[in-house]
Amino acid sequence: MNDILKGQLVRLSTVDSDELGKAYSAWKRDSELTRLFDATASALQSVKSSRSFFEKMINEGSPEEYYFTIRLLEDNRLLGDINLDIVNHWMGRNAFVGIGIGDRNDWGKGYGTDAMKIMLRYAFTELNLERVTLTVFEYNPRAIRSYEKVGFQHEGRQRARLLKDGKRWDMLFMGILREDWLALQ
Amino acid sequence: MKDLYREALVRLASEPPEVMAKSFVKWDRDSEFHRLADSDPAQLWSEKKLKEFIDRNSEKNSTQYFSFSIRTLVDDKYIGFVSLRVPAWSHSDAWIGIMVGERDYWGKGYGTDAMRLIVQYGFLELNLRRMSLGLHAYNERALKSYEKAGFTLEGRVRGDGLRDGIRYDSLWLGILREEWEPI
Amino acid sequence: MLSIQSQLFEAQDVRFGPIDHEAHPDIESKWTHDAEFMRLMELAPVRPLSPAMVRKQYESVEKKMEEDKNLFYFTVRARDDDRLIGKAVVEWIDWTNGNGLIRLGIGAETDRRKGYGSQALRMLLRYSFSELNLYRVTAVVPAYNEGALRLFQKFGFMEEVRRRKALHRDGTFWDIVSYGLLNSEWQEQQNNGRG
Repeated sequence: MNDILKGQLVRLSTVDSDELGKAYSAWKRDSELTRLFDATASALQSVKSSRSFFEKMINEGSPEEYYFTIRLLEDNRLLGDINLDIVNHWMGRNAFVGIGIGDRNDWGKGYGTDAMKIMLRYAFTELNLERVTLTVFEYNPRAIRSYEKVGFQHEGRQRARLLKDGKRWDMLFMGILREDWLALQ
Repeated sequence: MKDLYREALVRLASEPPEVMAKSFVKWDRDSEFHRLADSDPAQLWSEKKLKEFIDRNSEKNSTQYFSFSIRTLVDDKYIGFVSLRVPAWSHSDAWIGIMVGERDYWGKGYGTDAMRLIVQYGFLELNLRRMSLGLHAYNERALKSYEKAGFTLEGRVRGDGLRDGIRYDSLWLGILREEWEPI
Repeated sequence: MLSIQSQLFEAQDVRFGPIDHEAHPDIESKWTHDAEFMRLMELAPVRPLSPAMVRKQYESVEKKMEEDKNLFYFTVRARDDDRLIGKAVVEWIDWTNGNGLIRLGIGAETDRRKGYGSQALRMLLRYSFSELNLYRVTAVVPAYNEGALRLFQKFGFMEEVRRRKALHRDGTFWDIVSYGLLNSEWQEQQNNGRG
């Protein structure tokens, strides 16, 4: 049995609400970041409210939710987080995945793609899911390319789902089935 | 001493919460009524939930909130509701809320009568120095009624509301002690 | 055009009404014992509910409506005798982006295929677009619910997302289809005398 939470550049690790709270408070100052992964309005958060949000998520995190931090293998630095929300346990065992790399200097280096690969392996071999879904905003081409690389297929888009900077954007849905993933291994 | 609760067509009264809740359910069904009276999206609360709201309201700080039901003198019908809310006593100013839920009693002077009564109550019993109220610009019937009751247009908030895809203004009206004539 | 006089909650044969905590739990409890109906409505495992459980659900619905203000729930009644025949909901409203999820169902077999669903949907759309001022609405349907697919298509919804094999039921993997209608598209239908 190998270390399924370890990739080539990063590894998935535990969540320490204190550390994550501090990191998020800093990352959220970058509104480009928040607008990339949050449909709701960008807002600044104090360290305290960030931390209690994560505490709540960890403590209330029902077995439906799998939440990890992403750390660089090289120096164990905290890069971001990734989570899997199982929406259907019994009838189609499928989940929504969400990922974020906090510091813009860490973007475009393959960390997200690597973390997503680890997460899919975890989803299909440890959680025995049938499919994983994600949503991504039209204006986030970097993420879309990363997800395509990992094997997600386009499944459609909700038109004009988002309003940012006075312009309407689509929200794309992408999905990967177990059989899609197996074919790539 | 005047009978503060009686005018020509209506009297101010009090109802048990169950009676109020039943009537509110009936009036809510008329979405035109709701959209004339209220800014919130028209909603159909259950009688149970409405009674909960009413009970909660009556527990509210009663030194700053005075509410009455409106009943007709001729047939003792419960037709609506009027209230005074004092945000801060130091200013001696109050907000009036009024609604006549029974459609058959619209445009016949009942609302204006009730408004005269509540204004009188505010000046003679609560010793306020002014009262305020707001309405949607498209509620022409109410505007005429309030002006007849002695209110003056003080402000217009542009595009305050949106309904049926149309932006409409809110109007703010007021009446001062000095300009009010007792009934 | 501002049309305050035009009633939001009245249609030809049906109307929207509030929850009746006394009378409705028994009726809705019966519907939950009809697995065929429930499997058209629900994506989670269906289970029958007692009237007491339904009553609890109603209470939490009104609590959520009051507190979260992103859910609007209507019962659908027959106009002639006011009996409960279904429900119509707009929920998960994302106000900043102007999107809401719509859901509706006519509970009793004998009340279906009478056009009540269309009337209810028409009112729900007018409410979503003219009273809540949403920019768009979304409807999520399992691919086997042909009645719903036809209804949404009739109202000009566009198929937007198809999540492949997302639902496993009766030994088959079904797609879950997501439909969308924009306020501007609905508005145009009204102007053209359609819908």
